[in-house]
Amino acid sequence: MPWRVEPRGVTLAAALVAAVLVALNLGALGAVLWRAEGGGGWHAADWAALRFTLLQAALSALASVALAVPVARALARRRFIGRRLLIVLMGAPFILPVLVAVAGMLAVFGRNGLLNEGLAALGLPRLGIYGLQGVVLAHVFLNLPLAVRLLLQGWARISAEHQRLAAALGFGARARWRHIEAPMLAQVVPGALAVVFLICLTSFAVALTLGGGPAATTLELAIWQAFRFDFDLGRAALLAAVQAALGLAALLALAFVTRIEVAQTGLDRVAPPPAGGLARGLDALAILGAAVFLLVPLGMVLARGLPHLAGLPVPVWLAAGRSILVATLSVGLLAAMAAALTLAALRHRWPEALGMAALTASPLVIGTGLFALVNPWVAPVHLALPITALVNAAMALPFALRALIPAARRAEADYARLSASLGLSAWAHGRLVLWPRLRRPAGLALGLGAALSMGDLGVIVFFAQTGAETLPMQMHALMGAFRSDDAAGAAVLLMALALGAFVGLERLIGGRDAET
Amino acid sequence: MRTLTFAAAFAGAFALAASAQTPQLRVLTYDSFVSDWGPGPAVEAAFEAGCGCDLVFETAGDGAALLARLLLEGTRSEADVVLGLDTSLTHAATATGLFAPHGRAPELALPVVWDDPLFLPYDWGWFAFVHDTTRLPEPPRSFEELIASDLSVVIQDPRSSTPGLGLLMWVRAAYGERAGEIWRGLAPRILTVTPGWSEAYGLFLEGEADMVLSYTTSPAYHLIAEGDATKAAAEFTEGHYLQVEVAGILAASDQPALAARFMDFMVSADFQSVIPTTNWMYPAVTLDGGLPEGFETLIQPATSLLFPPDQAAALRDVALAEWRDALAR
Amino acid sequence: MLRLDGVQIDLGGFVLTADLGVPQGALVAVIGPSGAGKSTLLGALAGFVPLKAGQILWQRQRIDTLAPARRPLSLLFQDNNLLPHLSLFDNVALGLDPNLRLTTEQRARIMRALAETGLDGLESRKPAQLSGGQIGRAGLARVLLRARPLILLDEPFAALGPALKAQMLDLVGRIVRQTGATLLMVTHDPADARRLCDLTLVVAEGRAAPPEPTAALLDAPPPGLAAYLG
Repeated sequence: MPWRVEPRGVTLAAALVAAVLVALNLGALGAVLWRAEGGGGWHAADWAALRFTLLQAALSALASVALAVPVARALARRRFIGRRLLIVLMGAPFILPVLVAVAGMLAVFGRNGLLNEGLAALGLPRLGIYGLQGVVLAHVFLNLPLAVRLLLQGWARISAEHQRLAAALGFGARARWRHIEAPMLAQVVPGALAVVFLICLTSFAVALTLGGGPAATTLELAIWQAFRFDFDLGRAALLAAVQAALGLAALLALAFVTRIEVAQTGLDRVAPPPAGGLARGLDALAILGAAVFLLVPLGMVLARGLPHLAGLPVPVWLAAGRSILVATLSVGLLAAMAAALTLAALRHRWPEALGMAALTASPLVIGTGLFALVNPWVAPVHLALPITALVNAAMALPFALRALIPAARRAEADYARLSASLGLSAWAHGRLVLWPRLRRPAGLALGLGAALSMGDLGVIVFFAQTGAETLPMQMHALMGAFRSDDAAGAAVLLMALALGAFVGLERLIGGRDAET
Repeated sequence: MRTLTFAAAFAGAFALAASAQTPQLRVLTYDSFVSDWGPGPAVEAAFEAGCGCDLVFETAGDGAALLARLLLEGTRSEADVVLGLDTSLTHAATATGLFAPHGRAPELALPVVWDDPLFLPYDWGWFAFVHDTTRLPEPPRSFEELIASDLSVVIQDPRSSTPGLGLLMWVRAAYGERAGEIWRGLAPRILTVTPGWSEAYGLFLEGEADMVLSYTTSPAYHLIAEGDATKAAAEFTEGHYLQVEVAGILAASDQPALAARFMDFMVSADFQSVIPTTNWMYPAVTLDGGLPEGFETLIQPATSLLFPPDQAAALRDVALAEWRDALAR
Repeated sequence: MLRLDGVQIDLGGFVLTADLGVPQGALVAVIGPSGAGKSTLLGALAGFVPLKAGQILWQRQRIDTLAPARRPLSLLFQDNNLLPHLSLFDNVALGLDPNLRLTTEQRARIMRALAETGLDGLESRKPAQLSGGQIGRAGLARVLLRARPLILLDEPFAALGPALKAQMLDLVGRIVRQTGATLLMVTHDPADARRLCDLTLVVAEGRAAPPEPTAALLDAPPPGLAAYLG
């Protein structure tokens, strides 16, 4: 029996958030259709785009999660100096703007990157990054951190008794894997696969830039073409609908394969006992490998841009200020939306599904659709910053709900009756029972939201006018004005702001010892 | 506290009154035009100095995005002038019926004859492959030499970028029905295809590719702004395709007089003199003081290629299919 | 004989000291206020909590340097003694072979252990399909099967009703006598101690005292224990 926290107020708020989300997704798609005059039609080339989209998203999801397993496992069972810092830093690629991430990848894996310079020095042939392998490599770079974090949560859920039981019964690596780790992974991996798949589904810039040519056409690029080359809104809407259907199908499949999680209460969080020398070596290799793969490209971005940071022109700093403003607004909206849906999720199942569905929409369609919706009433330029903040918040919402809803349900299952029996008010229940157990996931969720908003170069480009540029836009403008040095400096600024917002909020909201 | 609120309200009301008296001219353009490093700020200051009005830029990605925006907004657009379409787009833009004749016949300095009644050019340039002379002292002198070389080039996607589309037209104009064959030959030379110009040029500057599709004027930036004389455009014997960038007045404008005034301003020295070193293109009229120092080092293609707008529009889909088929393997 | 020689365990804030011996074959209740370190003491014996100082000896051999699985003991926790995705049979079988590669003879032994703990017929059920009492029996079946000379119970029946708990304690007694094992059982209930254990070990005020006869201790408790017993 769930605790009744002002049922009507919560339901109302959640319904409002739901309406906003539906308006953002379906409404935007509908608006595009409404503005379409005939047109439409599925081209032969669209089958190729569909195939490539599925292929690259599936491969990216598989590779990201497969590589995340040894890394998360090593991080879960080893304690070493700098472990927390490493986990935070390794999360950085996920919150980086795509343009910056690609630059970092190329500095390592590009034709003149570190890797190929090394190979050439050894007299070996250079490796090409352009093609499907480059797309998957970049997607793994961007999403491995997320996959590692999701799996780390799985390892943290293994109860301390089971860890001790395994030790007491003398489980070897095989038995530990078979009886403890594999069953846990069976619960966590499908979710991680689905999230990475959904993120890669709408990939556009990475797929095209590293894909090497039109063979790497994704549906998102086909939508772009329909808008910008064919001026065919009907076709854009059709393609967007297909893309959304793929995402929803992935979500449905996820709902079927994941069982409802069994709430497990542990004694305390103990580091699992260290395994033998070989395991130690393999763990070290996994951690080192992931750190090198994720951190060296970031280091290259830093090394390239740091010398130009201090000399950045004034408009870049102004844009940084606007980006902070947008991110602040976005975090506020995200907090309100996530709170309403999390509380509603204590008594309903739909908020989860709704929140995840926000991942399936094409940013291009959302931008265009909102523009068409807003245009008859208000000059869109006046709404550039608030709309950007709202869309950013909606895009971060699935991650927030993934972190918050399970924690809230567990707290409710464990303590709702106690609160009811003590006669705690809804407010006191929220403050004393829910909040202490939610602040850590909330810190993570809002930190992530702030960072993603800071680096987003999505819908704002549809609404902006002069004087409203955000930092990612300004970085793009610098690139468009030949100023690659300043752009590299701006990339460092952007990276610092995104990472700073993430760590700062996670600590501020989650408390000092916030982690994982 | 109360006085502060009062003062703020008063200032707000005052600002509102002031803005109500000053007419506003809204120009819809692509974002690199108005960026702090583009022509926008200088153009705005120069126009506002004489017009007694407020010039506001709205932005929408690039040239193709401008047209997409217009189609979405239709007659509801608040913009008065659209600046930044090119000759690949003017046919579709004309077909919208949203533009009014500009009624002007200024003396233009273009390599081609201009007589479009709706659109007036403000700058132009030749597409070209740019390279670094220290790394590539002997660049190819034609598409066929490029095909025969072992060089790598970065180009832009014609579906999302105007230079990318320009290259499609260039190959078509130079080789006609042989275009497909040329693309098949070029395919192994193409390192990758980027969504926009800036990504491609960035890859080139970071040393990823030997050449990048850009403009003959791009080396001028490096020479004038950075004192770097190592970048050059390769002259191709087939001739070079032109990009002519134009502006037009929207028929639904509520400021037709100001819009007309802006068109005159656009082909005047105040506007045109800013173009070479901010947009890094050739001005549409002859400048009294000539071109900035450094422009004389640029290549001057002997042959200019350009399809008339209706022909360019008719060729678009065929050319795209050729390109796709050749590169998608 | 189990000996704790000058053992010190860090309890984060204070140190628990233990210097005592437990005769072989004894049934010992471990009793004391909450937070005094009863579970931690068992954890240290089982090898999950490091010692700050001292040694643990079983039959004059040091065991505190051994990995948990190598120590001559079986341990049951309050919860989560079974893995939720394995059947009852497999959960018990883990006591013989963690990889579940069982010989026919081993299978027969498992079936016998299940029968002796009253679980025959339930072997293919998952833990979620068992009652609290059945889950307790399953844990005991595994302890029986492992046949280690030391059995440590950390309040495994605290959540059961009085009648069921009495049954479980009797079952424990039977198993201990049958295998000749030495038992240490944490409990909150003096009645449990009286029912099963001839000796009782008090953990209080940073010290684990040597075990004393249960009846005498509970009839005339020292002041600290008296306050706890109420």
